[in-house]
Amino acid sequence: MNMSHEKSHISTYTSLATVLVILLLLTTLSVGVTSYHLGAFAVAIALIIASVKVAIVITQFMHMKFESLFLKLMITGVFVIFALVIIITFSDYYFR
Amino acid sequence: MTEPGHEAYVSYLKHEGKHKGILGWLLTTDHKRIGLLYFYAIIVFFFIAAILGMLMRIELIAPGQTIMGPQTYNGLFTIHGIIMIFVIVIPALPAVFGNFFLPILIGAKDVAFPRLNLFSFYLYIIGAVLGVLSQFMGSGPPDTGWTFYVPYSAQSSTNVIYALVAAFILGFSSILTGLNFIVTIHRMRAPGMGWFRMPLFPWSIYATAWIQVLATPIVGITLLMVIAERLLHIGFFDPALGGDPVLFQHLFWIYSHPAVYIMILPAMGIVTEIFPTFSQKPVFGYGAIAMSSIAIAFIGSFVWGHHMFTSGTSYASRWIFSFLTFIVAVPSAIKVFNWISTMYGGSVDLKPPLLYAISFIFLFMIGGFTGLTLGSLATNIQVHATSFVVAHFHYIIFGGMGFATFAGIHYWFPKMFGRMYNLKIANIAWGLNFFGFNILYFPQFIIGIQGMPRRYFDYLPQFQTAEVISTIGGFILFAGLILMLYNFIRAARKGEIAPANPWKGVTLEWQIPSPPPHENFDTIPEITTQPYLFGTSNKE
Amino acid sequence: MTEHHTDTGQFDQETGKLGMWIFLLTELFLFGGLFLVYAVFRAKYSLDFHNAAQELNTFIGTLNTVFLLTSSMTVAMALTAIQKNSPRLALFLVFITILFAALFMVNKYFEWTHKFSLHIYPGSPVLKNLQKGELLFFGLYYMMTGLHALHVFIGMILLSINLVKIRKNVVNSGHYLLLENSALYWHLVDLIWIFLFPLLYLIT
Repeated sequence: MNMSHEKSHISTYTSLATVLVILLLLTTLSVGVTSYHLGAFAVAIALIIASVKVAIVITQFMHMKFESLFLKLMITGVFVIFALVIIITFSDYYFR
Repeated sequence: MTEPGHEAYVSYLKHEGKHKGILGWLLTTDHKRIGLLYFYAIIVFFFIAAILGMLMRIELIAPGQTIMGPQTYNGLFTIHGIIMIFVIVIPALPAVFGNFFLPILIGAKDVAFPRLNLFSFYLYIIGAVLGVLSQFMGSGPPDTGWTFYVPYSAQSSTNVIYALVAAFILGFSSILTGLNFIVTIHRMRAPGMGWFRMPLFPWSIYATAWIQVLATPIVGITLLMVIAERLLHIGFFDPALGGDPVLFQHLFWIYSHPAVYIMILPAMGIVTEIFPTFSQKPVFGYGAIAMSSIAIAFIGSFVWGHHMFTSGTSYASRWIFSFLTFIVAVPSAIKVFNWISTMYGGSVDLKPPLLYAISFIFLFMIGGFTGLTLGSLATNIQVHATSFVVAHFHYIIFGGMGFATFAGIHYWFPKMFGRMYNLKIANIAWGLNFFGFNILYFPQFIIGIQGMPRRYFDYLPQFQTAEVISTIGGFILFAGLILMLYNFIRAARKGEIAPANPWKGVTLEWQIPSPPPHENFDTIPEITTQPYLFGTSNKE
Repeated sequence: MTEHHTDTGQFDQETGKLGMWIFLLTELFLFGGLFLVYAVFRAKYSLDFHNAAQELNTFIGTLNTVFLLTSSMTVAMALTAIQKNSPRLALFLVFITILFAALFMVNKYFEWTHKFSLHIYPGSPVLKNLQKGELLFFGLYYMMTGLHALHVFIGMILLSINLVKIRKNVVNSGHYLLLENSALYWHLVDLIWIFLFPLLYLIT
């Protein structure tokens, strides 16, 4: 029995299709960027585009935009902790 | 609430649900029965690992070979560590007391996912059995230490993969338990029980559960990488293949340091329940204790490098890790001040739970201060990989978490089994445990500073006096543990019937019968006040 | 945050969903360990990684990305369909999702077998002659895409279970937690690939 007292938001087919189009465009962009010789920037741009895509999938497909504040804080917090772990590990590797 | 004697009351121990008899235990989804199943398994494995420890102590009573050679000794400290860490101290408090008391303390009938809970238990059993099997299969017991450092763990011809898989499965059990508890605390608190009306043991379980859920997968994938190196020659940690052995240490300790907070946070939660009850006074600084649990979990996730100060990491990272290690001591200290302040001015009753809880503070502080010695870059060089480290972590884990566990069992035994143990025997056992413990481990600080390495079966003659004293302490402690166990077994069978509230506690578990009925509460209570209000009724 | 009192035995939608989200976080950290290893070795051996990545077929990688992104849309649409009480549409969309997943696996199969035919696999004699960074790249490639493919496979099984349950009207507009959680799992599989793709295929 669905005991949830909140009205769940239902995504429309059109909105979902629009999201896919945006994701495919971003994919094209990230592939296209590799044909330019940008060296270290290529990494940064690829990761930024990937992060944007991830954010879109989480907020739209996974419905995070319509979920509770706690859930939003939780997922943000987890990414922050993971980023900190990588940064601190690099405090070793970068400065050896 | 149903009282014993009322027709409808049936203890959870006797309840007959969907399955009868032994199946009613093996297929139970009752959090209390699952807690007991873990309890019995852990007692068995604890004594196995303790005997392994005693064998090591006997070997160390004299330099050179006493009862075993070096390969056997290496296998012993490895399996002693694997069982103690992965099968006992990481799972125990969440799986036993978290399972049994978390739902009751928040006014719930069970955890959020009862069948997942049972699944966690069976994963635990499979992992534990696999770990023990690693001793007896083909190429011999693993000899890498429980820390599985590469390159040796990738090269050792012993059954390393069994142990790695065992640890992986045990980790998965831990993750699922943590997941269950987080959802339980978020979704199943009784009406009116806001976060800051929740007792402090659940707070500690909450902080612990987040560590279980986030840190354990990292060691999971790391163990898989070592398996990949052994089986597939994928060399992330092998310099010949371009890898870095220190990277293993990073990944391993990114989990294994937070793991010690999985061990200690619930222990602190337990003594936080005991101090107010045996002082008949509200806990001092509720908010500080709740938040310090979260702070320890968070900051403690970033100090792992203090296990690696001599491994060749950069100076910058060593500095950062040392600094954060000192910071993480602060919230622990805050708790100590709060516990002592709770007792101050209270009506102190020195029953066994409080005796063990006070011992916990004393032993934990010795462990904590010596942790600062280890956390300080300069002194670390002298004591790293010596028996100073061995003494430090035994004080924290055994003296800290272990004694807190004993406190918890003495506290909650009457509730779990409906019977009381013999107080005099409990006190005698305490004396043997406490003094035996200190005689066993304190000398190891001294010879550690003097240069006695850890994990060595042989040593220079100048260390022998301390090693002999230490071994004697081990026997005293072992006797105390046996006496304590005997006291409990005797009590469970024919101890005096215990009342619902033998200690005059005010949290929810003392408002229901001993032992609790199957669904804990007839009606879910409505919470209207802070916890720990003594002298007033705080429930409807 | 809202507090819900739930009775044991009544499986609350929000409770089940929260449990799934937390499980997904554990999966993120599981892969996270591999990403950490990648980051460390990429920083150390950037040229070797760049060279080794030439062996990968960017077209197939992009195609696989398109497959997974599209399958995320179709499974999200399936959820909408079930919520709007269109079970037949939901069935169709879940089926399409599984189809895209299968296409992904077929691609993966061809990629891997192609590499095996070139003797590029961990422990092979050819690999021994490569630079250390290239060795590490391929080790990471196999481990990361292998673990990911295992999750794709598990996702396909979960989605297939949903097909059966929708047909039997066990999963419907009043009870759709299983589909919602399976869809969340599937999006995670997609998310991981969104990061894997540029890190492995687009560093040429």
